[in-house]
Amino acid sequence: MYPAAGGLAIPGAQPGWAPSNGAQPRGGGETVALEGLDLVVNEGEFFGLIGPNGAGKTTTIGVLTTRVIPTGGTAWVAGADVVRQSVTVRQRIGVVPQRPNPDRALDAWENLVYHAAYFGVNRKEAARRATELLERLGIADKARMKVDQLSGGQQQRLMIARALIHEPMILFLDEPTVGLDPNARNSLWEILRDLHAQGRTIVMTTHYMPEADELSDRIALIDRGRLLALDTPENLKKQTPDGSLETFFIAKSGRGWDA
Amino acid sequence: MGRVSAATAPWPVASIANPHPPVPAGRVFVALLSRDLRVARRELPFFLIRTVMQPILFVIVFGYLLPKMGFTQPGYQAALLPGILALSLMLASAQSVTLPMVTEFGWTKEIEDRLLAPISIDLVAIEKIVNAMIQGIIAAIVVLPLARLVMGPVAGFTFSHFPELTLVVVLSAAAASAFGLLLGVLISPQQIGFMFSLIITPMIFFGCAYYPWRGLDVVPWLKYAVLVNPLVYISEGLRASLTPSVAHMPFIAIIAALIVLTGGFTWAALVRFRMRALG
Repeated sequence: MYPAAGGLAIPGAQPGWAPSNGAQPRGGGETVALEGLDLVVNEGEFFGLIGPNGAGKTTTIGVLTTRVIPTGGTAWVAGADVVRQSVTVRQRIGVVPQRPNPDRALDAWENLVYHAAYFGVNRKEAARRATELLERLGIADKARMKVDQLSGGQQQRLMIARALIHEPMILFLDEPTVGLDPNARNSLWEILRDLHAQGRTIVMTTHYMPEADELSDRIALIDRGRLLALDTPENLKKQTPDGSLETFFIAKSGRGWDA
Repeated sequence: MGRVSAATAPWPVASIANPHPPVPAGRVFVALLSRDLRVARRELPFFLIRTVMQPILFVIVFGYLLPKMGFTQPGYQAALLPGILALSLMLASAQSVTLPMVTEFGWTKEIEDRLLAPISIDLVAIEKIVNAMIQGIIAAIVVLPLARLVMGPVAGFTFSHFPELTLVVVLSAAAASAFGLLLGVLISPQQIGFMFSLIITPMIFFGCAYYPWRGLDVVPWLKYAVLVNPLVYISEGLRASLTPSVAHMPFIAIIAALIVLTGGFTWAALVRFRMRALG
């Protein structure tokens, strides 16, 4: 089972398991990016991590996806320690970065197939999955195009396909709709709802309140590295007179939402 | 935008109770390498032009025209040819890794996808070195017949030291690639111009590629100053194995230096690579 020591814990843990003491993963240098963040995400949950710019969302995702080493505390993702078993964690997660970073030397199809190969998926199976994913994400006609020829929204869909092709247990998305026009954003929301309906565990960061409200089963509100609240969107909104998450945040943090 | 239909997962969603089996590191390594070699194959014409142009132009001038005009001594061509191969190997290895590293870390962030592969970060970096070694060796193999064609028969040139040649070529490629990776993780995109002027160009001219190291007996302080330059050992190593009649550095010293340099550059590059990857 999992240690009783504190920390973020992403499934793997038993649903509802809570750490017994606070974790203090910190960002590098003088700035304390995260402090005393205790979170548990349940299997199959769509978990929203929301906060304004500078709240520590990217650092949190960085720690959970083994891209940032915490200077203290622990985090368990998909049953493995992000520091001591980082390779195992990486095998079990898919990550959609904030800015699309496809392999520009390859076309869209090759991006998927080579990425699958990195995760040990054999050629034939990778080809089958790539075809399926491109179809489901509505970019099958772009398969053989250079990624530079894809729009921002299409590149982001490609990033989602890439994050899924090795069949991860948990999908992480770091502000997936930043810079997208409303149509592209709504399309992406549809895709994320479908993925959630398939039973996938999804952890998404955003600074856009309506996005967290629309998609998440539960939201963690963080600011300046601290957890301000953790509950369903409905329960959080009930605590404000106008039923607005933004009002809730301002009341909790004592500052405006500079999103 | 296309509408996506709600559907069940096309294949079973892995769960913590039933995880995918771990992927062997070797398999991931080979997959990363196969991507790099695929891209290199696709860019082969540009690769060939890039790697072949400078050495062959130099060979034409210094290996053909000047001797024909009577400006060089007999034996110069034998001293020059291994140096040209050394240069080709060094530049091809470094170019295969340095500039891509600068851009992948610097602005495209394409390195992120590799850093999320289920393999240790050190092996991601070492794969870059191996890829660059392959390209460096290919460059030398391509330049050799072309240089020979331009210069004609070169007295003293021999393939009879093939085992020594193989050892030198592999170690030279490793040293050049490790150096290229180190440069690539040290400099930022804004510093690329400086890198060429302050590092690459002096390395090329003081790398004993165009003249043998023993020739620097005439400028003793320079003879020892250039010993920090990895290209010196690559050039001398190829002289020792291809044109052994040309006076060269002792073979054992060359091999030892190449091993030490490869180890040092690799270690430093891995440390810095880790720092940048886990920023």
